[in-house]
Amino acid sequence: MQYKHDAQGYWKATLGLITKVLVIWFLVSFGAGILFADLLNGIHLGGYPLGFWFAHQGSIYVFIALIFWYAKKMGDIDREFDVHED
Amino acid sequence: MDLQTTIYLVVGASFALYIGIAIWSRAGSTSEYYAAGGGVHPVLNGMATAADWMSAASFISMAGLISNMGYGGGLFLMGWTGGYVLLACLLAPYLRKFGKFTVPQFIGDRFYSKSASTVAVLCLLVASLTYIIGQMTGVGVAFSRFLGVSSDMGIYVGMAIVFTYAVFGGMKGITYTQVAQYIVLIFAYVIPAIFISIALTGVPIPQLGLGANINGTDVSLLARLDQVITDLGFGKYTTTTAGSTLNMFVYTMSLMIGTAGLPHVIMRFFTVPNVAAARSSAGWALVFIAILYTTAPAVAAMARLNLHGTVNNAVGVQSDPAGGLKIDPAKVKANADPFAPEASLKYEERPDWMKRWEKTGLLKFEDKNGDGRIQYYNDKTKNEAAKAKFEAAGWKGNELTVNADIIVLANPEIALLPNWVIALVAAGGLAAALSTAAGLLMAISAAISHDLVKGVFAPNISERGELLAGKIAMACSIVVAGYLGLNPPGFAAGTVALAFGIAASSLFPAIMMGIFSKKMNKEGAMAGMLAGLFVTLFYVFAHKGIFFIKGTEYLNLIGGANSFFGITPEAFGAVGAVVNFIVAFVVDKMTKEPPEHIQHMVENVRIPRGSKAVDGAHAH
Repeated sequence: MQYKHDAQGYWKATLGLITKVLVIWFLVSFGAGILFADLLNGIHLGGYPLGFWFAHQGSIYVFIALIFWYAKKMGDIDREFDVHED
Repeated sequence: MDLQTTIYLVVGASFALYIGIAIWSRAGSTSEYYAAGGGVHPVLNGMATAADWMSAASFISMAGLISNMGYGGGLFLMGWTGGYVLLACLLAPYLRKFGKFTVPQFIGDRFYSKSASTVAVLCLLVASLTYIIGQMTGVGVAFSRFLGVSSDMGIYVGMAIVFTYAVFGGMKGITYTQVAQYIVLIFAYVIPAIFISIALTGVPIPQLGLGANINGTDVSLLARLDQVITDLGFGKYTTTTAGSTLNMFVYTMSLMIGTAGLPHVIMRFFTVPNVAAARSSAGWALVFIAILYTTAPAVAAMARLNLHGTVNNAVGVQSDPAGGLKIDPAKVKANADPFAPEASLKYEERPDWMKRWEKTGLLKFEDKNGDGRIQYYNDKTKNEAAKAKFEAAGWKGNELTVNADIIVLANPEIALLPNWVIALVAAGGLAAALSTAAGLLMAISAAISHDLVKGVFAPNISERGELLAGKIAMACSIVVAGYLGLNPPGFAAGTVALAFGIAASSLFPAIMMGIFSKKMNKEGAMAGMLAGLFVTLFYVFAHKGIFFIKGTEYLNLIGGANSFFGITPEAFGAVGAVVNFIVAFVVDKMTKEPPEHIQHMVENVRIPRGSKAVDGAHAH
């Protein structure tokens, strides 16, 4: 694999990933859990109204998945730009 | 074995465990003292962070708050977990790469200014001290309730325990005791919830039980709860917001960035071996936190239904004198009439747990209409139809007041769980309060010994001298924390707003700009921190008095309570943060660029490689 020694490229890739993470973070909590909760409450997930579920359960599950996904993707970017450790 | 003996045994065993761990993991160097030697596995670090983060408030009070607030309580759930996403991708890896011990040191070095570092120390001390008062009073309350000693005695015992493992063990001792404390507190929280979820819905996982149907019916638990409490004049559980939607939005944001900016949480990420571990450790921390935070809403809703069911048999869920909860599917399905005279519980027939909690004053009954029965409803409702029904039933006002903190502590008693479960809840509450107190004390003592003594007053101090200074600072902080716990300055409840407000409006933006903007200079950063801090303090003090002194509120000056778009003072940290960013940006544009070597430092912080070799921090 061709390593790219490119600090600017690395930082650009990092910011791109962080932006994606923050967009999802915002959509599930502030979006689904607060701004659109009333709309989503019309849909039911078992006994849960969906907006309520996002505020009380769903956003937390997404946050966890999000952090591990971010950690894995960052690991990939680190290796691609040859700045990883070990 | 009787309940009291069981509690002594379980709590005593947990304390023996913490002290044993502290002796095993004594700190020898400053690196071990401040950063546990920097070699803590991400999963263990996640557990320690979770215990550090989840305080007496999370363990005892949060479910009660959610229970009363319903949907709006979600702001605590999202706010206190969403902050970890920000930590993981905006702060933790870069601060870990920077490789020093404390938050003020990062701010001081990045903004090449001792004044910036001193402002950060000040913010840190105010945020941590206000937070610790609550923890120490929590320790006192938990001890007095469960061990039958006075609240003051409880605080002394708590101080002695924290002293043992924090002063001698430093961050290393604290880290490993927090792992043990996490295990104690999470079992204590989850086991009663599982029992209650099974009793109500037959589903052993509370997170799923909350969305399930009530045992023996096709009525969902949340739908039944909505029905019951709206009949009784309360807001609908699944839709009631906290103030306006805007306030809920801003409040959630404040808690998120406050969480990410609280120094005792950030410090935990200095203890992992490298940058990659800092990223995943935030994920592990959130996994362990989420076990409690996703259980809490189930505890909240189920406890609310149990409580109403206990005092009104039309609900169809009752405390059974023979043990556990009794479901009456016919009543659940038929939506029986809660206003029928015989529906309200006779005061004489109230269950034992109510009698026990009446003694503490946290549960009170007053027979306003003299019928000898308990009517528990919202007499302040604006719903005229509901009001008419209350009058037709001859109800003369709500007769039961319940302190929200009972919800978690009494839950095992309501469901008549075995004594060892009740003892475990006692140990869990203490573990939650002690672990957070220890984390806060560590942040305070590091700020004093490392940032003030070594950073400002005695830069040439030896490692041995600094270690001694750290231990003395820790001992003094424990005495101060104990004093504040014994003589809480009357404003303890309002101060969490201040802790989060300060972390959100001053520390978080400063750290973030230090990493993400190469050009941000010291003038901008300091002006931003001070502006964010001032605006937040101004708004909080307007509502709660200058330095929380009663009678000094100046609401007229700002145009009345919550005058800024209806935002409550607790939620104002996010607004302070926005002010911080704007002021910093403007001042930065008007003053000169930071020196070349600082810009190189920022570039270096952004690259993970070399985090093991940073000087002074992680000698292996």
